[in-house]
Amino acid sequence: MRKFIGIILLVIIAWGLLITMKEIPFGEQKTKVGKYYIENGEVDTGASNIVTSVVVSYRSFDTLGEVTVLFLAAIGVGAVLATFQRKEKRKLEPSSLILNTGCRFLFPLILLFGAYIFIHGHLTPGGGFQGGAVIASAFVLVYLGCRGKRINQAGSKLAESLGGLTFVILGLIGLAVGGRYFLLNFLPKGEFNTLFSAGIIPIIYIAIGFKVGSELSGIIDQLMEES
Amino acid sequence: MIILASLLVVLMLVAAIAASVFKDLISAVIAGCMVSLIAAVLFYLLQAPDVAMAEASIGAALVSAVFIVAIKRTKRYEE
Amino acid sequence: MNFLQNHIFYIGAFGLILIGLFIMLSKRNLIKVIIGLSILETGVNLFIVTLGYLNQGTAPIFSKPGLDVQKMVDPVPQALVLTAIVIGLAVLALALSLAIRLYNHYGTLNLQKIKEQKW
Repeated sequence: MRKFIGIILLVIIAWGLLITMKEIPFGEQKTKVGKYYIENGEVDTGASNIVTSVVVSYRSFDTLGEVTVLFLAAIGVGAVLATFQRKEKRKLEPSSLILNTGCRFLFPLILLFGAYIFIHGHLTPGGGFQGGAVIASAFVLVYLGCRGKRINQAGSKLAESLGGLTFVILGLIGLAVGGRYFLLNFLPKGEFNTLFSAGIIPIIYIAIGFKVGSELSGIIDQLMEES
Repeated sequence: MIILASLLVVLMLVAAIAASVFKDLISAVIAGCMVSLIAAVLFYLLQAPDVAMAEASIGAALVSAVFIVAIKRTKRYEE
Repeated sequence: MNFLQNHIFYIGAFGLILIGLFIMLSKRNLIKVIIGLSILETGVNLFIVTLGYLNQGTAPIFSKPGLDVQKMVDPVPQALVLTAIVIGLAVLALALSLAIRLYNHYGTLNLQKIKEQKW
């Protein structure tokens, strides 16, 4: 009976989606806002990557909301899983020498790659969120390869909070200097297509990269159980 | 180009159906990871390199890691 | 061939949405339901990025001087989907931590059996 109602619901939704597919043409120019951002993105912000300038400069308030949601999720995972009594601590055998040395050798190289991605966010495809995810996967490699190693909890929380605080303080400084609106781009724009350009956009992406990296590795650390 | 996109879409739908049929939960997670990976290639074919990078690193790697760690703490086989 | 060229990405996105909804509605194990949620989110993100495509378009990055501005694809759906992917991961992590708590309390992850136990 439940499955029957489920299938009827799916048929109705599929019919609605098919009507949508006929109404929206594929591959034609649909909106005007995108055209404005592409034509004026160079002059307004100075970043080469238009998607970065949309995420950090034109729609930066949405990015602030996303950073808040990630913070809440990390706190939520910590709060739900915190009140556990461990049954017994299993004694794990340490991993072999090759595995241990290999993981410890690869760890700084992956960190360097992740840092390269979020520092050059305004010139090439990439940015804070992608670089933070690569840094978190470096930490997951160390957790899986060398058993029993964990990062320092206090240091991770400090990096996360400092990242979020930098974002908000830069926005408030923009409000104080320009006087018109939150998160104004107040540093000089510099030369196009070089590393030190586009005002506060690289600084915000570095803060977001630190924050997302330490947050995601903290979530996985709390979900794992062994000592 | 269209032939490549059609083949990839068919492979993605087969992987999604496989994720619903498998009884071993870790196999279902690996099928879900394959859906994310093919979606990342499709994002690249739609000229969106930022989104492709985000989907490949977050959707294919970190979501699978979180699922496998959670399955390890509960049951492995669906009843 | 013309039909395929115009509609193949839509068929992929809608197929993923329908399969994800089917898994969420009809399966009994809680972790299977959460896998269905993850497939549903991937389908919706694919649909939104498909809306911004331009025929014979290029990526919106000024890597060389003197690129044609009229042929670049729409950057706004890409920015929205970037946010949505990260938030999807956060929601999945929270849902899985709640599933772990449920397993430790009831001893099973079968939704039918959890509904039948009163206390």
